[in-house]
Amino acid sequence: MEQTIKLQIDHHEVEVPKGTSILDAARGTGIHVPSLCYMNLQDMCISNLPASCRICVVEVEGRRNLAPACATRCEEGMKVRTTTARVMNAQRTVLELILSDHPTDCLVCPKSGNCDLQAMAVRLKIRDIPFKGERSNHVKESSPSIIRDMSKCIYCRRCEMMCNKVQTVGALTAVNRGFGATISPAFGQPLSESECTYCGQCVAVCPVGALTENDQSNRLLDDLANPAKTVIVQTAPAVRAALGEEFDLPAGTAVTGKMVAALREMGFDKVFDTDFAADLTIMEEGSELLDRLTRFLGGDKRVALPILTSCCPAWVNFFEHYFPDILDIPSSARSPQQMFGSIAKSWWARQAGVKREDLVVVSIMPCLAKKYECARDEFKVDGDPDVNYSLTTRELASLIKRYNIDFNALPDADFDNPMGESTGAGVIFGTSGGVMEAALRTAYELHTGKTLENVNFESVRGMKGIKKATVDLGGFELKIGIAHGLGNARTLLEEIREKRSEYHAIEIMACPGGCIGGGGQPLHHGDSARLKARSNALYAEDAGKKSRKSHENPYIIHLYEEFLGKPIGEKAHHLLHTSYFNKSKEIIEQ
Amino acid sequence: MSYKMHVLVCGGTGCRASNSLGIIAKLEEALKENNLAGEVQVIATGCFGFCEQGPIVKIMPDNTFYTRVTPNDAAEIVKEHIIKGRKVERLLYKDPKQQASVSDSRHMGFYQKQLRVALRNCGFIDPENIEEYISRDGYAALAKCVSEMTPQEVVNEIKLSGLRGRGGGGFPTGLKWEFASKYQSDQKYVVCNADEGDPGAFMDRSIMEGDPHSVIEAMAICGYSIGASKGLVYIRAEYPLAIQRLKIALQQAREYGLLGEGILGSDFSFSIELRYGAGAFVCGEETALIHSMEGARGEPTMKPPFPAEAGYLNRPTNVNNVETLANIPVIITKGANWFNKIGTERSKGTKVFALAGKINNVGLIEVPMGTTLREVIYEIGGGIKHGKRFKAVQTGGPSGGCLTEKHLDVPIDFDNLLASGSMMGSGGMIVMDEDDCMVAVAKFYLDFTVEESCGKCTPCRVGNKRLYEILDKISRGNGEMEDIDRLRNLGKVIKDTALCGLGQTSPNPVLSTLDNFLDEYLVHINARKCPAGRCKELLSYVIDPQLCIGCTLCMRTCPTEAIIGERKVPHTIDTDKCIKCGTCVEKCKFKAISVR
Repeated sequence: MEQTIKLQIDHHEVEVPKGTSILDAARGTGIHVPSLCYMNLQDMCISNLPASCRICVVEVEGRRNLAPACATRCEEGMKVRTTTARVMNAQRTVLELILSDHPTDCLVCPKSGNCDLQAMAVRLKIRDIPFKGERSNHVKESSPSIIRDMSKCIYCRRCEMMCNKVQTVGALTAVNRGFGATISPAFGQPLSESECTYCGQCVAVCPVGALTENDQSNRLLDDLANPAKTVIVQTAPAVRAALGEEFDLPAGTAVTGKMVAALREMGFDKVFDTDFAADLTIMEEGSELLDRLTRFLGGDKRVALPILTSCCPAWVNFFEHYFPDILDIPSSARSPQQMFGSIAKSWWARQAGVKREDLVVVSIMPCLAKKYECARDEFKVDGDPDVNYSLTTRELASLIKRYNIDFNALPDADFDNPMGESTGAGVIFGTSGGVMEAALRTAYELHTGKTLENVNFESVRGMKGIKKATVDLGGFELKIGIAHGLGNARTLLEEIREKRSEYHAIEIMACPGGCIGGGGQPLHHGDSARLKARSNALYAEDAGKKSRKSHENPYIIHLYEEFLGKPIGEKAHHLLHTSYFNKSKEIIEQ
Repeated sequence: MSYKMHVLVCGGTGCRASNSLGIIAKLEEALKENNLAGEVQVIATGCFGFCEQGPIVKIMPDNTFYTRVTPNDAAEIVKEHIIKGRKVERLLYKDPKQQASVSDSRHMGFYQKQLRVALRNCGFIDPENIEEYISRDGYAALAKCVSEMTPQEVVNEIKLSGLRGRGGGGFPTGLKWEFASKYQSDQKYVVCNADEGDPGAFMDRSIMEGDPHSVIEAMAICGYSIGASKGLVYIRAEYPLAIQRLKIALQQAREYGLLGEGILGSDFSFSIELRYGAGAFVCGEETALIHSMEGARGEPTMKPPFPAEAGYLNRPTNVNNVETLANIPVIITKGANWFNKIGTERSKGTKVFALAGKINNVGLIEVPMGTTLREVIYEIGGGIKHGKRFKAVQTGGPSGGCLTEKHLDVPIDFDNLLASGSMMGSGGMIVMDEDDCMVAVAKFYLDFTVEESCGKCTPCRVGNKRLYEILDKISRGNGEMEDIDRLRNLGKVIKDTALCGLGQTSPNPVLSTLDNFLDEYLVHINARKCPAGRCKELLSYVIDPQLCIGCTLCMRTCPTEAIIGERKVPHTIDTDKCIKCGTCVEKCKFKAISVR
């Protein structure tokens, strides 16, 4: 039996399991002790507990100093007071100190209204900052995906924890000391010259405006207003599962129809779906998997296995930085965003009679790395990018508001065709395990020639960091692995590098939870239940789809018949596949 | 070979900086010339403590104590003292009060009140020769532990001794060992905290330079008692001599089978490695120290878990300071009951202090706990320099407090210092006189903690900075009455909320000076004056027209041309231009320029 501990918090007798923090014990009994640096994504086993902001201090009888509730474990018979004059004065003073080193430019800050520090100042009713003195002054820096404004940093260390402990990227770290302490890439180099993968998890957890996306929504305003341009949009699967949160809908409300209606209201010429391209990805990636497997089973020892998915641009950056020795392992298939762009600016443009230079392809993504991805040189034709630019779910929400749209009152609308039609397989791309599940549905039928009756692969779903499963492909035991979060990916990658990997195929998503937890999504504010709800919304949409297998998408079939030929054929190779580059920063001793 | 006489020359960092190695060379040369090399041995020892008077040369067996010796004195010492038996009068120590020479170190005020336990071998033995350590009962304690005592008995003995951590916290050492011994693990570690960082404190360095084996022996004893087979010394890289001597000592201990596998025929094995710190003050905090050793950023983390549970590489780790460890071997050989008779009820044994500031006998001293500040300052320290008036004494390093006249008869121990608003710290003791401004003193220490804060927690990162800025404002004559409350409240909150010992103590200099010298703050704020004349911005230089004869000397030397006037007419100072450098005061032959 679990050992429990009895203690008193503000005259409440509380009983909690051993090891519980005072903060959790208090909140469990309805006493909401304020906190700032602390963050706990329980379902993901991700927590930030530096105990450094000192906002959550409480008085523990018999102790000389105040104790941080987040990092102090409950003890038998403890007497905790959370609202004594001493505690409230300390909280207030600590917050005043933080604010005394913060540019109070809330009115024009990108985080205004969504900022934990601002909320805390409101909550503690700060009306004046009595401490006047020097302010940290750091140069604002911008990369294709992320803007860093360290003058706003409150040194909560969440980004550092995400970048190092969860993602094992190591781009951001604490530097300098005392008042000059800040978070920075090594040697103060810009993010774009560091190992940063642009996964955006630092942005997803930043409580203030220190780390934000490189906002490009103003570009869209110009393009939509330009009559010479045909502007089309694609929306990633995870966007529809989270966008509603920005309009106060409960997490997990799928708003696909309203989103389409809003985009049409805004003036896009066509509203398409990245899910269509996800189905296309499955055709290519699934065929590549089967091709490698067939060759492998035929005795070809040179075949690179396991095959790794390549839909996630942060993940691509990660292996280009850290595993340049095994660049032949990942699938060469482009991501759905880029497949969409490539097909839109070739096949669709010709069909629609739009000249390439007049066509603007915009993507709405849950992701910050997508901003970088669409700017990669490989995805340009004569300097013109296949996808012109990518906006996040958050940027879309703010645009919808700027276009005077009452989102919640919108009637549902349908995507345009041909590139708006998708199967359930394309929908679940947005959550960890989804790409693999979609691939299995198609690979099974293509490989065995039989119909797959139960399309739900429960073993690849859920929030466990590394998932593994064995699937019977008509007598062949296909071993698959799934990792979300780059730290988990590294574990699987190292197994491959050391030649002890047991898998044939691996799905990797850089963000914890997959795209539903992407760096461009509405902020979760440390609530992992939101991520779970988003994931469930996608599985529900999949379950409600007429077709749930990518190869059954009639427009995909049509596209191959009319334009592409065969999956992984020559034209497909030219338009839908890519190659990878060594971006290692490692200094190799001669 | 046995020698008739020994010449002990201080080989500590301080005396070496004053060329004590040159003295040794010249002494050896002179002895050789006189064919005495076989009869008189010259030994480079560790620090004698009386650094004010260094380099020190001591002749044994008669305890003659020569001060401020230069290499040129070597020949005379050999010719007069060693050959003719006549003391070199001019090199003897002169008591500042009696003005008489004292030849025997045992009769010097500086040493009379001292009791050297941790420093027992410093200044007596050649730290680079393990035989000398062994000849003074060295490694007998380790032998006793591994052959006669169980690990629990060793823990019990240390507990019974009442020894408390000398690094600053004063936590009972035996209890710490017991915690570490209780946790099970495939590997445990003993860490020696040699990251001495208090400005002006050098007791740990002196012990490692003068008696490195005592630290090594104690670490092995600790390893035996807690079940650790690995030891690490975290030492700052700025201590090259200590590092060199530790390296030599470790090599010798390994050669003698006192470190390594199966020590002294037992089944106890223990090895020690050195780890170098880059000199961050906060790395003296044990969790920060451990993170630094692991290769991570040197910043503290919350306790619990304590290092005893999850320390270096997440294994049970016992961290002790150098001075604490130096006490261990004697406690084992002489017994806990010998040790716990020294000192006060709750603070046993002795404490080493680095005595500095406006005091006659600057140096390293060791006194029994319970000695009063008055005894330390006036008897050992020989009183205030130049007969000035005592004003305050800062104990506990940069995070200690300033104590005053009324605290002079407080017996020094952990609890009394804390109750008086200061702390033991690692043993810095800086004496101040009437010329010291307490606002400036508080500002000086805050400047240090602001510089040395790791920046992790808000109160220390931002709070100390703001404390400093308020002090700076007051010292520039821009203070307001509200600043007093602001300082008090902020100081209290920082102490109450900071993450580690650094932040929890950093406001002490401000709070204690506010308590003891409030008037001085008020003068700075209300009258915009600095009574001690230290706060530059509050000073003005004035020429007395009665005394000035108009010689123009000051005018010609003023670097900013702030002095105006004509020949033979009294000059005046343009205060806007004056940078208060003091050159004019120095140059004026008529004492016509004064500071107000």
